[in-house]
Amino acid sequence: MTCREVVELMTDYLEGALSAEYRAKFEDHIAGCDGCRAYLSQLRTTRMVVGKLADEPIPANIEAELMKAFQDWSLAGQV
Amino acid sequence: MVEGGERRARSPITSALTSRLSLAGVGESRDEAELAALKAGDEAAFSALIKRHHGPMLRLAMAYVRDPAAAEDVVQETWLTCLRNLDRFEGRSTLKTWIFGIAMNLARSRRRKEARVLPFASLFRRDDSDRAGATVDGSRFGADGMWATRPDSWRSLPEERVLSSETLQRVKRAIEALPVKQREVITLRDVAGFDAGEVCAFLSISPENQRVRLHRARAAVRKMLEGYLR
Ligand SMILES: [Zn+2]
Repeated sequence: MTCREVVELMTDYLEGALSAEYRAKFEDHIAGCDGCRAYLSQLRTTRMVVGKLADEPIPANIEAELMKAFQDWSLAGQV
Repeated sequence: MVEGGERRARSPITSALTSRLSLAGVGESRDEAELAALKAGDEAAFSALIKRHHGPMLRLAMAYVRDPAAAEDVVQETWLTCLRNLDRFEGRSTLKTWIFGIAMNLARSRRRKEARVLPFASLFRRDDSDRAGATVDGSRFGADGMWATRPDSWRSLPEERVLSSETLQRVKRAIEALPVKQREVITLRDVAGFDAGEVCAFLSISPENQRVRLHRARAAVRKMLEGYLR
């Protein structure tokens, strides 16, 4: 397997979607290739950084409006 | 005093749910406890719920709607719709899946409305997201297909740089620049934390298409980061 091929299999690898045969070839290549190991590590970091977008806090005004709506709903049964 | 006040506090549904807790699985019982608390008017439970899902839901709305104010509207409308329909939630999916399904429907219909009023060329841009192709510039490899210019290791970079607000802004923009099919998959998977099977069900796509879209989306964000973090 070439590096050019290996990089295109990385998501399938991370998803556990490679056949046993391809997985073995992939891991063989990775074991001896600094460049592909660095690329795989970059993809994992990318996934982690994208995940940080989830941490965006709720703006106070939106939170206040929603809490008011919840109170109305739980008291009057409607919003 | 509003008629029907505190009706929910002693709802028979609440006690029925609570009594079923011991039979349910772990995720399911957490949902049921949360649902029971919501139906009982527990403000702390609702506050925790909207805080937990705000970021992912806003990013998901932004995957469909360009205008941040419109995306915030989608988020607010999602919560109101959830409250209006909470009595009809039957637990056939997780609470989170149900909530995000509502958000996605609202965001998509908002997008269709935007498309009707705006000459928004990018909405109709050709989207070849399901085609597997090279995600790394061919010039990075030699004639033998091995790296000519190896990727750098990011391990020595300080975390403050990798996770700086500047980096996160750039990641947001990189995702917003993707075709919608890739944008929705990377947002559902990597921001909202749904698994592959849930994303296939949400979007009615095959596992192969889900992986191809995810691969292309992550590769595009990686490429942007490579340039930025150099
Ligand atoms: Zn390699």
